[in-house]
Amino acid sequence: MNGVHDMGGMMNFGPVEEEADEPAFHADWERRVFGLTLAASATGAFNIDMGRRARESIPPAEYLSSTYYEIWLAGLEKLLLETGLVSDDELASGTARMPAAPIKRVLKPQMVPSMLAVGSDSERPAETPVRFAAGDRVVTRNMHPMGHTRLPRYARGKRGVIEQVHGAHIFPDLNAHGLGEAPQRLYTVRFTGAELWGEDADPTLTTSIDAWESYLEPG
Amino acid sequence: MNDLAHSELSDVELRVRALESILAEKGYIDPATVDALVEAYETRIGPRNGAKVVARAWADDDYAQWLRADATAAITSLGFGGRQGEHTLVVENTQDEHNLVVCTLCSCYPWPLLGLPPVWYKSAPYRSRAVMDPRSVLTDFGVSLPESTRIRVWDSTAELRYLVIPMRPAGTDGWSAEQLADLVTRDSMIGTGFALRPDQVVRQ
Repeated sequence: MNGVHDMGGMMNFGPVEEEADEPAFHADWERRVFGLTLAASATGAFNIDMGRRARESIPPAEYLSSTYYEIWLAGLEKLLLETGLVSDDELASGTARMPAAPIKRVLKPQMVPSMLAVGSDSERPAETPVRFAAGDRVVTRNMHPMGHTRLPRYARGKRGVIEQVHGAHIFPDLNAHGLGEAPQRLYTVRFTGAELWGEDADPTLTTSIDAWESYLEPG
Repeated sequence: MNDLAHSELSDVELRVRALESILAEKGYIDPATVDALVEAYETRIGPRNGAKVVARAWADDDYAQWLRADATAAITSLGFGGRQGEHTLVVENTQDEHNLVVCTLCSCYPWPLLGLPPVWYKSAPYRSRAVMDPRSVLTDFGVSLPESTRIRVWDSTAELRYLVIPMRPAGTDGWSAEQLADLVTRDSMIGTGFALRPDQVVRQ
């Protein structure tokens, strides 16, 4: 979706402001939203790509006027509703009104260190032969899907060079919609500043993205 | 008592409290797990981890070579890795080339090495401008690079996480990895800062 989350190249947001000695969280509710999101993900009811899709689908004006953890909260509520784990009625009342839906697991406190240490690997065995090699010239697809994608707008229809070839990884454009993992080879693709931003670009700038194979054509 | 306590809570606090109550009541989450997750990122998982990796790379050429060849394995050997760092790559700053990491689409960041991202990293000003005009972003951080220095921006659009190895400061010959780690700032590992000079650090 061409959402406002896809910010590369937008203008007029003002300076980057750094906070000295910034804490991990700025309020207790932020702590809870962070922990609830990770704990709820551990139920297996939704995946990380669905999480990103849910946050991106917040309407632009609301997205831009929300803090980071407000966006996480809205995304989590949306996922819980979509997956039927909770109902609107329950969210509004703060009390359970329906029986619990079946889930795969409940993360217990003693499992947290090992869960964090292991993580969740998005790499999968490659199902197709590798299509591009380092140094190959490619062009990114010009596409504007209504659904989730990890190809940013500023890097669509652009000519670049394959810089690194990685393994096959879960394809977010499908996985975000519950359509399966459909792993694809992943590549780091580098573009010149002039290709992305025109002749006034910083001549010393190059920018790379990590692109799934179906985002690319020979260039 | 409850009514009074509730009246002092903001809308978002009430919403979060309601959500946690339902999730716990339905047996989907354990509130103690939320505490444990928060505690991990407030006390154990932060930029000190990444600083140890950088310092080791500065002090040990073999380790630096391993990082270049297989950063995920080299980092795991120091006890770091896992969630949001399953596949990590290192990029090295030099006089000729400066690396800067961003996630324009959301907030991808190497959690096991740097902890949770600061607000500015997740903000519209940074995400919009880093890929297009990184020098102006660096100016916001008080960082100025020679005009001849090439800038390589890495937009983390997939599940690969990037750690910048900043240039080793002058005047640190013979320092141990432990001493060197004190010079490595969070921003220097994102590319929005330099490592500290020895005179900027007061050792305990």
